[in-house]
Amino acid sequence: MKNPLRFHLHDGSVADMKISGKIALAISGALIGVISVVLVVFGNPANMGFCIACFLRDTAGAMHLHTAPIVEYVRPEIIGIVLGSFLISVLRKDFNPHAGSSPVLRFIIGFIVMIGALVFLGCPLRMVLRLGGGDLNAFVGLLGFITGIAVGCAFLANGFSLGRSYKAARLEGAAFPAMTILLFVVFMAAPSLFLFSESGPGSMHAPVALSLLAGLIVGLISERTRLCMAGGIRDIILIRDFTLISGFAAIFVFTLIGNLLAGNFHLGFADQPVSHSAHLWNYLGMVAVGLGSVMLGGCPLRQLILAGEGSGDSAVAVLGMIAGAAFAHNFSLASSANAGPGLNGKIATVAGILVLLAIAAIVTYNNRRKDG
Amino acid sequence: MVEIDCRGLSCPEPVIKTKKTLKDNPEGLDVLVDDRAARENVPRYAEAVGYKASVSEEGGGWRVKIRK
Repeated sequence: MKNPLRFHLHDGSVADMKISGKIALAISGALIGVISVVLVVFGNPANMGFCIACFLRDTAGAMHLHTAPIVEYVRPEIIGIVLGSFLISVLRKDFNPHAGSSPVLRFIIGFIVMIGALVFLGCPLRMVLRLGGGDLNAFVGLLGFITGIAVGCAFLANGFSLGRSYKAARLEGAAFPAMTILLFVVFMAAPSLFLFSESGPGSMHAPVALSLLAGLIVGLISERTRLCMAGGIRDIILIRDFTLISGFAAIFVFTLIGNLLAGNFHLGFADQPVSHSAHLWNYLGMVAVGLGSVMLGGCPLRQLILAGEGSGDSAVAVLGMIAGAAFAHNFSLASSANAGPGLNGKIATVAGILVLLAIAAIVTYNNRRKDG
Repeated sequence: MVEIDCRGLSCPEPVIKTKKTLKDNPEGLDVLVDDRAARENVPRYAEAVGYKASVSEEGGGWRVKIRK
């Protein structure tokens, strides 16, 4: 049998490709589920083997961009994901430097996605991991995520587009991966430059080498399969295509099995790790994440992968997320575990959703007028 | 044959444009793409709705031919 992670368009029937795409995604999802459980066993916070939002936030804290003492650590998983995607795309000649599709709007959308994720306490990937750990608050988040995606799909179907990107210099495409390498080198050579949590989630982490390796593997397989937490639901709504959702489903199933085996499965709403039960805000936080992810063309994980493949636009979206994380903690927008969001977080969530809707509406209106 | 240029558009926009254009041109069309995701998604969509799709390299991207 041919390598299921490899896509052949020229040499096989499309039915073959369809199945192999789904199988590849399911295998990737299974691997990510297992790796996530392993990272928790080796020290990562519970239900947080991976969380793109949390890990970007921790990294922002380590770099003094915010000074919330419990969420500061240079997460090697993030570095690994970007580099895994970069390396495999260069090796497979898929590295594609391009940019120019509404970078400032992408920065703002990335910023709001991060606020929503930090009000919910997790990116879409962690939402699935939390579901696999029995955290029912994540189910409320999932409902919000689906709502946000459905709204985004309505705009897409009516002509929403952030516009074309254009070929860019190789240096433009390589700049973001290079920055992550620099971050890792400085982290290894001069850790005293960074802030590190002594308690709380930021203090909990797997060994650096394991985290980096886990990130590299996840980056590599996500690049090959184009795994995306938002894309699966979006494709079902828009074109009844169930390919991408298989990755999402496999992550859930294998995290569930892994957590059951590791004794980390606890079903319920109360006392779930790094979470809260303010249902309305879990829901609305993920509405912002779902809508923003569709507008960006992919979830936070997918943005990291695309940034590794040479997309300057996605790199800007990730920088927006990092800025959003810094603001979320500097201005008390992020929820605190158990207590939920404060007033600032609630206002920011509603305002964020309104800004996303305004951007989507204006862009869609202008595109429709242009197309006649 | 109708041709649409989806180069530089991020997923799933090429698929949506293909879907819309097929509605008005049921005999088929050519789609130009330069993104690997679109190269895979556009033919997959076309096959799913009963068309035949073939892909050839063209100018640093791909031409997806969608026919009855």
